[in-house]
Amino acid sequence: MSDHALRVLRPGLLTTVQDLGRTGWRHLGVAHAGALDRDAAQLGNRLVGNRADAAVLELTLHGPTLQLEVPTRIALTGAAVSARFEGEPVPCGRPVLLPAGTLELGAVRAGARAWLAIAGGIDVPEVLGSRSTDLRGGFGGLDGRALRNGDRVVLGDTAPFDCTRLQSTPWWIDPGHDDDPRAPIRYLPSTHPWSAPLARRAWNVSASSNRQGLRLQGDALPTTSADGLSEPVAPGTIQLPPDGQPIILLADAQTVGGYPRLGHVIAADLPRLAHCIPGQTLHFAAVDATTAHRLACAARARVARIGVMIDARVPAI
Amino acid sequence: MNRPFVCDIEALADDAWLLRFGDQLDPQLNDRVHATARRLDQLKPDWLRGLVPAFASLGVFFDPVADPARIHEELLALLAMDETPAIGASAPAPRTVEIPVVYGGEFGPDLVAAAAELQMSPQQLISRHASGVYTVAMIGFAPGFPYLAGLDPALALPRLATPRARVAAGSVAIGGAQTGIYPRESPGGWRLLGRTPKVLFDPTRATPSLLLPGDRVRFVAIEADQFADAGP
Repeated sequence: MSDHALRVLRPGLLTTVQDLGRTGWRHLGVAHAGALDRDAAQLGNRLVGNRADAAVLELTLHGPTLQLEVPTRIALTGAAVSARFEGEPVPCGRPVLLPAGTLELGAVRAGARAWLAIAGGIDVPEVLGSRSTDLRGGFGGLDGRALRNGDRVVLGDTAPFDCTRLQSTPWWIDPGHDDDPRAPIRYLPSTHPWSAPLARRAWNVSASSNRQGLRLQGDALPTTSADGLSEPVAPGTIQLPPDGQPIILLADAQTVGGYPRLGHVIAADLPRLAHCIPGQTLHFAAVDATTAHRLACAARARVARIGVMIDARVPAI
Repeated sequence: MNRPFVCDIEALADDAWLLRFGDQLDPQLNDRVHATARRLDQLKPDWLRGLVPAFASLGVFFDPVADPARIHEELLALLAMDETPAIGASAPAPRTVEIPVVYGGEFGPDLVAAAAELQMSPQQLISRHASGVYTVAMIGFAPGFPYLAGLDPALALPRLATPRARVAAGSVAIGGAQTGIYPRESPGGWRLLGRTPKVLFDPTRATPSLLLPGDRVRFVAIEADQFADAGP
């Protein structure tokens, strides 16, 4: 463990340590957790020369203010963030070298979340094979909680370098640039009778949404009486609670649930759910399993391509 | 009796199949869920990423890069094979875990009212609850939270109309036709009969969960002054 750390001067709205999440513990009721937009977290890591699964900070709506003790290489991915280093604007989507000083991350614009990758990664202990914060379970990350004022966040070892002013590259990555954020969220319907009507209504993202689930509001879907027998659920599961307002489960979701299941959001569109802001309108479009698989492969290929392009350029900084 | 098991397979996620053996809380179906999970766990196909055994269904998570159709075929083959018992193979006897519990008082604030509601004495409620052998039908809701099947139907109790904001870790409770144990302090609406000093879930332990899906559980009543000695 290195003695290289960040000091938290202001924690932001909900800033958590996340990597790519926990696998293999769902039978014990352990949530997957992990960055809500895995692609953004992985590419951020590539930009700073980390392994794709290094731990990063996930910013929610408003980012933290951090004191850097030594020169540090960072990258911001996901939604655009108003970021300043000692008053100077910090660009997103590219590697940035910063001397010691104060990095102020403000509002997350045009989306709900962004990820701050730092060379060396966040060096909290692994719990059940992951450094991700499990907020409901109360473990992982910084003792299972969000960042607080005064926290010291230890970073992994990296080669030290000299840096006297902010430096960045003229190029940047913007994986979602050509995607229409209003495009419908694609899902694979279940056999439930209300899984098709889901796509015929417009839904608003409720302010009570969190990392556990995206709560939707709209013209309520009819519901049948009591809960069914609890069955496994997964990130992306679309549930229909008794009030007829669907919930889309996200990475921190519980492992089983009793509400009827309307289907699931396809893997290729899961990262898009991370960027939904309260009040935003969502539409759904049903796809079949073959399409879902094809789109998942295409999405992975895109991230891999961007990763290769980053690797070819990053040493040049 | 060997009645044929019918199993539906549905997509749970792009990287998970849901095997549904039924839609009721039936011990035979639940055993079947755990047996299938155990077989998959032993076979350890390279694509397997996680299993979620539930009351009458099993979530099978796989490598997102794998072809879901191929895994579907493998699961069908496995389930078909499972109908024929292998010669000489017998299911391993499930583990029985004893859970010490202090019933009543500050440890089980609902004991007296629950007993009155069931028209029995608190002592009768304790002895009937502690004489059962329960099965960890599934773990869920929170890390390490066991849903225990096998509650005497005469002990079924409705949940609180307004859940408590704070239930102590280790609380042993009845919710509907089931009994369970709260692994950590959390909100909860089940009726609290007692509390165990055992730590049900500790993510830093080599075996994080005290109980595993399919385990058998017995509650052993202990006195309040034994609480500190009996755990964790």
